[in-house]
Amino acid sequence: MSAASEIVIDVHGLTKKFDGRAVVRDLSMQVKRGTIYGFLGPNGSGKTTTIRMLCGLLTPDEGNGTCLGYDIRTEADKIKRQVGYMTQRFSLYQDLSVRENLEFVARIYGINDPTGAVRDMIVRLGLNGREEQIAGTLSGGWKQRLALGACTLPGPQLLLLDEPTAGVDPKARREFWNEIHALAAKGLTALVSTHYMDEAERCHEIAYIAYGELLTHGTVDEVIHESHLTTYSVSGEGVMALSATLEKSKGVDTVAPFGTNLHVSGHDRAALDAAIAPYRDDPKLSWSVISPSLEDVFIGLMGKAKDNFQ
Amino acid sequence: MSALFGKLAPGFWRRVGAMVRKEFVQLKRDRVTFATIISVPMMQLVLFGYAINTTPRNLPTAVLLQESSDVGRTILKAIENTKYFKITRQVHDEAEFDRVLASGEVLFAIEIPRGFERALRRGDHPAILVAADATDPVASSVALGTLGNILQTALRNDRAIPDSGQLPFEIRTHARYNPAGASQLNIVPGLMGTILTMTMLIFTALSVTREVERGTMESLLAMPITPFEIMLGKIVPYVLIGFFQASFILGAGVVLFGVPIVGNLGLLAALSTLFIATNLAIGYTFSTLAQNQLQAIQMAMMFFLPNMLMSGFAFPFLGMPKWAQWFSEWLPLTHYIRIVRAIMLKGSTLGDLHYDTLALAGLMMVAMFIAVTRFRRTLD
Ligand SMILES: Nc1ncnc2c1ncn2[C@@H]1O[C@H](COP(=O)(O)OP(=O)(O)OP(=O)(O)O)[C@@H](O)[C@H]1O
Ligand SMILES: [Mg+2]
Repeated sequence: MSAASEIVIDVHGLTKKFDGRAVVRDLSMQVKRGTIYGFLGPNGSGKTTTIRMLCGLLTPDEGNGTCLGYDIRTEADKIKRQVGYMTQRFSLYQDLSVRENLEFVARIYGINDPTGAVRDMIVRLGLNGREEQIAGTLSGGWKQRLALGACTLPGPQLLLLDEPTAGVDPKARREFWNEIHALAAKGLTALVSTHYMDEAERCHEIAYIAYGELLTHGTVDEVIHESHLTTYSVSGEGVMALSATLEKSKGVDTVAPFGTNLHVSGHDRAALDAAIAPYRDDPKLSWSVISPSLEDVFIGLMGKAKDNFQ
Repeated sequence: MSALFGKLAPGFWRRVGAMVRKEFVQLKRDRVTFATIISVPMMQLVLFGYAINTTPRNLPTAVLLQESSDVGRTILKAIENTKYFKITRQVHDEAEFDRVLASGEVLFAIEIPRGFERALRRGDHPAILVAADATDPVASSVALGTLGNILQTALRNDRAIPDSGQLPFEIRTHARYNPAGASQLNIVPGLMGTILTMTMLIFTALSVTREVERGTMESLLAMPITPFEIMLGKIVPYVLIGFFQASFILGAGVVLFGVPIVGNLGLLAALSTLFIATNLAIGYTFSTLAQNQLQAIQMAMMFFLPNMLMSGFAFPFLGMPKWAQWFSEWLPLTHYIRIVRAIMLKGSTLGDLHYDTLALAGLMMVAMFIAVTRFRRTLD
């Protein structure tokens, strides 16, 4: 296989406007085969829009690129054959049963022995006993599992999963991630959008998008390192009262409570130190420098992005 | 058809089949809607069939006898025996004659003039004046149409009148409107076309907008299925349903209303299927143009009304101005009504009907072409 085909998603300068307002701006992204790529960002940042452009459901206003080696503008038909797209909103037929939904997908993709393949998939999804249940009456988590089953059924090369685990219980979420890792080991590539930090940490690589701009990408460690963020963890009596004061101080980018601790972060180490100096020697508080969590980094990025775009 | 829409991709029929299957299951689930769409028109057929079709009965009639004679009484008796007319009023002068008619108290007024009997016996061919309320042309024309025969039969037994084989007197009618053939034979074919148009339009007008509104379009568009395949998958199930419905209406027409089928039943079935498919394609086109289900229904209604009113079902086609006739050539029902009347009542063959058949097929192709090209392949 050539080096080029090892890059499964390769897009440059994607821009999408709705009513003249850019919702995704100059977005470039490269995803290698077999990678689980986490796609993070606040609500309305353009994740769903980006994913739709990747599978040809939206036409970019600017930019171009390929998905599985096919041009996203002109070869959407070929992309569709090899991509499993799980929509954010449940988009299977609410009035068909679990089995009928899966069989419909199997037949559209021309899977051999659709009935048998669907039977196997139902067992794998843990949906046995619910084959004949009408999809609309499934609980939210079960709907998600059914939708995931439907998009993996045709054996795609690339999965585009838009918040696949929203509303799914922890055990099912773990099973889902184990499954994704097993598929990735066989060469499947997955782009997964999520709002969960623990899921981001399970990804090989992540990208963070805010207000339509890709702000950072890389492995989790790279993203944390490149943020140049310093984080103090402070605990002790009256620490929550401190939060309001610190938030307004110059040099402090974010203040966020973590259990009984407060995480105080800033991009400029000197300014941050100056800001907290008055409270450092308070005997009731204990301060320590910690490695920032992904959440600290993202909240920091979001704060910065707001300053830039609003 | 493939020439129009490009080469069919491998697996074409498999995907269309999957779509058809899915549509059938969804129909099965939504039994209430399905039953309503099918059964309400059936009820309408029976209702309208009896209400409109049964020959008018007991129409209120006034008489003005200008002389008192045996012949006059025989004629009045015969008129009343037809059951079409019911003599509700005896008037005494022409002013009253005009007034009861104008006020709507009676639909008909019959005048037997002075000296009628004598003129009749002399063979002078005198005239009876029958004035009809032209505001109800359908009712009056049927009654008037039968009047001549009835009177001739009634008077044949009266030896006092010379039997020349022809009506010995003249019936001078004052009805200004006389539709070509508003008999029950014409109404069943018309109803059949109207009901099919209505049901078929509604079935497909919602098909695409429903998928968009329920959010299932996003998944469907992400699958490797072409707009043409989606369209066929959504039309085919209803062709079968429409065919079933047409057979039922036709059966009801024959059994309940005694409509004859002079021509070839197979030809009628084939052309009915074409007509059904044309309407489904047009409904589907609306569905690809509309933004939501309400809009789709409105478009279907907007299309349905001229079909019903201008196709020659409600009013005589040739009675319309030229531009309206030209416009009506674009309505499938215009062609179908011609086809059905011709096959059922005249026994016409495909050779006689090739213009209307081609017109239906052409309209279907145009609709499908618009639908496939206007189908939004993306969510933009
Ligand atoms: N069809 C559309 N027409 C107009 N605006 C749209 C359309 N689709 C999306 N948007 C806007 O684009 C922006 C990005 O939406 P998008 O759905 O991509 O966000 P997201 O990152 O997926 O958010 P979430 O995490 O809430 O799912 C939003 O402001 C949304 O209102
Ligand atoms: Mg989204």
